[in-house]
Amino acid sequence: MNNIVIVGAGEAGGRAAIALREGGYAGRLTLIGEENHAPYERPPLSKAAIVEPDEPRPTTISGGDRLGELNIERLAGVAVAAIERAERTVALADGRRLAYDALILATGARARRLNLPGGEHALALRSFEDAQRLRARIRAAERVIVIGGGFIGLELAAAARTLRREVTLLEADTRLLRRSTPEVLASALEARHVREGVAIAKGVRIERIASRGRGFVVHSSVGEREADLVVAGIGAEPRTELAAAAGLAVDNGIVVDSLLRTSDPHIQAVGDCANFPHPLYPGRRMRLEAWRHAFDSGVHAARTLLGAEGAYAAPPWFWSDQYDLTLQIVGLPEAGETIVARDLAGGATMLFHLDGDGRLVAAGGLGTIERIGKEVKLAERLIGRGARPAPSGLADASVNLKKLI
Amino acid sequence: MAQWIDACAKDDIDAEDVMRFDHGGKTYAIYRSPDDEFFATDGLCTHEKIHLAGGLVMDDIIECPKHNGRFNYKTGAAKGAPVCVNLATYPVRVQGERVLIEI
Repeated sequence: MNNIVIVGAGEAGGRAAIALREGGYAGRLTLIGEENHAPYERPPLSKAAIVEPDEPRPTTISGGDRLGELNIERLAGVAVAAIERAERTVALADGRRLAYDALILATGARARRLNLPGGEHALALRSFEDAQRLRARIRAAERVIVIGGGFIGLELAAAARTLRREVTLLEADTRLLRRSTPEVLASALEARHVREGVAIAKGVRIERIASRGRGFVVHSSVGEREADLVVAGIGAEPRTELAAAAGLAVDNGIVVDSLLRTSDPHIQAVGDCANFPHPLYPGRRMRLEAWRHAFDSGVHAARTLLGAEGAYAAPPWFWSDQYDLTLQIVGLPEAGETIVARDLAGGATMLFHLDGDGRLVAAGGLGTIERIGKEVKLAERLIGRGARPAPSGLADASVNLKKLI
Repeated sequence: MAQWIDACAKDDIDAEDVMRFDHGGKTYAIYRSPDDEFFATDGLCTHEKIHLAGGLVMDDIIECPKHNGRFNYKTGAAKGAPVCVNLATYPVRVQGERVLIEI
């Protein structure tokens, strides 16, 4: 193997490239990205990039010019037109062709757009440029409407409130964060937003968005509402077009095995675009849009190429920061049957999800990072070991979770 | 000039744990290893300026509560991505029941 190509220069692609070099791979290594940036961290885009007084700059992964130091050839601002599997080449939109022995797809996801009249008026967030635009527009606005009560919507609502804008959040579902977060924690977060002054309406059907004067009117099942800025955070879709056009198996993401290999053994997929099985949760496939998964799966694919044989088994893990609260969830709450709550000091809460056999399959914490960070990390270790901790110990905040490992 | 500062009592920190200590406008993290030795580092993670005292100590490693940045708290060495900048460490001395750090 002397020629590895990575398509997609975000966290997952960048981490794969770095891990290949750090693992001793000395052959040709090309990292292709559509964006005109070195791989950067996306989590700050909905938080610090909006509220910090200084103009944001992309937070390059690994800091500085690590990729250059590692002799990783970076093609930036270039789209890939096709994967030619028979020839094992990648065709670039500018006509160039690159041969590969191994190909890693890290094509990520794109923000879903509102598919209704005037939907184009609602700004979405995915890239650094999106964040720059949102930052300027939120600062210029008095009234902001956020459509969607998922993480991006809630984080942007918190950012806009922190900047003292009038914020209304419209959610289609009857509760927030249904896909990712247990109801107790979602309700607590919602209550905090209300206390901060965000007007939240749930069960709302958006009908259309019209421009009026220099602003907009959102027409919905709860009437008309005016704003200077409309933002949509309604989820993301995996970018699977290249894989599908090349005949790879695609089903809510690019289908991969436990070593992150697609239906073509020379091609792997990592990060947001990959649909993978997980040894901790047999019988399920998952696709995760999370920083940690992008990081871990990129590294895992690299190690697999270098000869490692283990299944990708990092527990799912994500976080969200809103106001001074951090939410962290590790594992898969939907795999649990019973929930045990543990009340921590300072109003922080931990929830533990146990399956029918008493195995800990997920845990979530909401509070300041100082209160919940350690607890969630210990829960992650328990989950990774398939532990069956006593519910009484989980519920008792005076019991050190370390003792349950 | 460096001086020895009384940071805490030995019993303020459990074995294999960490606590925060603020002094002179700076924040530090004081560690008690599983074999009851004491160590001190800068208090904030070099990645996103989070208090390490909220993190998890396992053996020689402190893991930042925010992401999964890890450091060896005895040497300050960053143990891989996303952290790549080492932590500053400070000399520690135990005097009777008190823990002193030199800063």
